[in-house]
Amino acid sequence: MKILVAVKRVVDYNVKVRPKSDGTDVDIANVKMSINPFCEIAVEEAVRLKEKGVATEIVAVSMGPKQAQEQIRTALALGADRGILVETDAELQPLAVSKCLKALVEKESPDLVIMGKQSIDGDNNQTGQMLGALTGMPQGTFASEVNFADGKVSVTREIDGGLQTVSLNLPAIVTTDLRLNEPRYASLPNIMKAKKKPLDTTTLEELGVDAAPRVQTLKVEPPAERQAGIKVADVAELVDKLKNEAKVV
Amino acid sequence: MSVLVIAEHDNASVKGATLNTISAAKAIGGDVNVLVAGAGCFAVAEAAAKIEGVAKVLVADNAAYEHQLAENMASLIADLGKGYTHILAPATTNGKNTLPRAAALLDVQAISDIISVESDDTFKRPIYAGNVIATVQSADAIKVITVRGTAFDAVAAEGGSAAVETVDTVADAGVSNFVGEELAKSDRPELTAAKIVISGGRGMQNGENFEMLYKVADKLGAAVGASRAAVDAGFVPNDMQVGQTGKIVAPDLYIAVGISGAIQHLAGMKDSKVIVAINKDEEAPIFQVADYGLVADLFEAVPEVERFL
Repeated sequence: MKILVAVKRVVDYNVKVRPKSDGTDVDIANVKMSINPFCEIAVEEAVRLKEKGVATEIVAVSMGPKQAQEQIRTALALGADRGILVETDAELQPLAVSKCLKALVEKESPDLVIMGKQSIDGDNNQTGQMLGALTGMPQGTFASEVNFADGKVSVTREIDGGLQTVSLNLPAIVTTDLRLNEPRYASLPNIMKAKKKPLDTTTLEELGVDAAPRVQTLKVEPPAERQAGIKVADVAELVDKLKNEAKVV
Repeated sequence: MSVLVIAEHDNASVKGATLNTISAAKAIGGDVNVLVAGAGCFAVAEAAAKIEGVAKVLVADNAAYEHQLAENMASLIADLGKGYTHILAPATTNGKNTLPRAAALLDVQAISDIISVESDDTFKRPIYAGNVIATVQSADAIKVITVRGTAFDAVAAEGGSAAVETVDTVADAGVSNFVGEELAKSDRPELTAAKIVISGGRGMQNGENFEMLYKVADKLGAAVGASRAAVDAGFVPNDMQVGQTGKIVAPDLYIAVGISGAIQHLAGMKDSKVIVAINKDEEAPIFQVADYGLVADLFEAVPEVERFL
């Protein structure tokens, strides 16, 4: 079984991003960039499937600037076999990303596509679902467990009320939630080995993808700031404030 | 203008998030229609017809829609949605699962999790875990949008008298099957609708200790939530998680117990009216957003809170 795993280069999750003073965009100059945490979980799941003998090959793909090679190398260090970067400096929205992925799916014919449920920059939570629409593949979104049997994949999904399990025909798309697994750290020898793994580069033009943005960001601004309140001395004072000052209990 | 709202329901009743989504639809303007897709869901359609401001209810009653499988729902929504200028769904796990798929079938870039309607094509939405609010404008002919429920007041569930129309379209892609569900059962209010929420974090140390929070919650009529740390550690199930990728809540009162206040958690609760933090670490970032902070050992403070209420 061949797995395509999609990864995204994003601002590291420890960085608190702020808008630029002119409000045109977020300020990410000289900010630490990392692989999106949900994508890391996707890579880990693919690697575990390979270790279990379910998967035979893992192809890690990304779309973005030249530097996104770093995130593909991270995936290769974790255990992916080869990488493909769709290199572009254009802003890619989820619909455009899913069109790129569709083109790569047609080239690679994977049995399973795994990706994060959302990226922590745009917080869109759309790409996996959109790829499903464009390819006709079924989707198991927000996965916390993935099992294979009888040529199908069973996906347990985190939903508002609890958990739901669906069974999907292959090829299928899985998007990862937080509890699917805990990603390993790449070892130094594996990081060195990853540098020698093949990483191909292609372009939107070669894939024939129209990536023109459909949604324009008019401005960005900080959210309304909350002022820190007061410290109370003890529980008696706390309950008194809640009853008589805030009047919420 | 005409807006199609996808109802959130369980084939028995309309879920509250639908009412907030209809509120966003009214802010856009034009006729508001509601799609109820399910199996044996006619009672839901009748209830939806009574919601304030709804002009028409479309009901697609078929086994293919019983469990809201995204493959089938997206085809139906894309098919019916062609006749509208806007398609809206609540930003619940259901809405997030189906709506982007429908959008791509229509070749539309969806807009996720809006918190305000600026005009019929311009909306505000949080990005970067709510650290930035973006104002975005869609150039697509049909706008496909999920709505953050806490950002819009619910419309009244009664007072309307919309026509109910049956839709015969059956979209069964035949590529996915529902296997089963484990739903949390609780007599406490739903997290996203509760007026008071009390949440526990890593400081709770284990699942048994959440019993303390349940006792306080039952006195207050509150819902109980948790931070990602508490869910990841296995103290409580995933449906209790409040945060960037869990549930977004905005109650009148949010009590954070043993929660340090990572930005990903704050993203899920910082629009609460009053925030209380109980934490023994006085440097914990949660105190920077708390209206009332109590630096104390939660194992002493929480039972005391229960006694004082």
